[in-house]
Amino acid sequence: MFTATQHKQTTSRRTVVIASAAAALAALLPRLSSADPAAVTAALKKLYGDKPMTEGHIKLDVPPIAENGLVVPLNVEVESPMSETDYVTTVHVFADGNPLPGVVSYHFQPGGKASAGTRVRLAQTQNVVCVAEMSNGQVYMAKANVKVTIGGCGG
Amino acid sequence: MSTQVKPRIRIPATAAKGELIEIKTLMSHAMETGQRKDAAGKTIPRKIINKFTAAFNGKTFFEADWHPAISANPYQSFYFKAQESGEFTFTWKDDDGSVYTATSNLTVG
Repeated sequence: MFTATQHKQTTSRRTVVIASAAAALAALLPRLSSADPAAVTAALKKLYGDKPMTEGHIKLDVPPIAENGLVVPLNVEVESPMSETDYVTTVHVFADGNPLPGVVSYHFQPGGKASAGTRVRLAQTQNVVCVAEMSNGQVYMAKANVKVTIGGCGG
Repeated sequence: MSTQVKPRIRIPATAAKGELIEIKTLMSHAMETGQRKDAAGKTIPRKIINKFTAAFNGKTFFEADWHPAISANPYQSFYFKAQESGEFTFTWKDDDGSVYTATSNLTVG
């Protein structure tokens, strides 16, 4: 609303209407700021340096379209025998369009299954990036795009 | 906002030896991100559960570091391979230093 009144003198009525609509939408979304894929790249570099990351071995299950960005189901499953000598140690999940890139990190032990599910907040349409580190040091990566329908109007 | 913190856990009470069981946990918690502002424009301080741990007979087998991107009333599902009878301990650690725990028994037979 502030944006609209500020520019009233110099812009057309249509611009004002659009600007006020955008401002109203922005007010509805408290976390719209600083979408930054570079933050994810930086976080990955900090974790693994220049280590090559292979795609695959990870099943990243997120809906392609999320109507409510506040509650998006996210399931991760990493293929691994989970034996004492060959297992998944850590899984990190990042979101490149959130104000903070970190979403969740899992730490696994041998035995069982390298699979976990939770519900996450996504501020806008963006990529979810998942990396899995194996006990032998190998790092796998997976990426998925989630379209977030903003405002919850049922689209 | 006051939060009544209450864990809910769905877990089988019995399992066969070697069986892979799925555990589902749900915690009631606002998971305040620290990104939101109140009506006066003041930032609402962050208050989330930042760590979830699952242990069996005292041995940790699953850990999750939660960031503010985890939804309110955090849900977590994961797996455990049953080998012997014993007790699960689930721990949630809050930003304010509070620790919430819940336990559950498993009979393997």
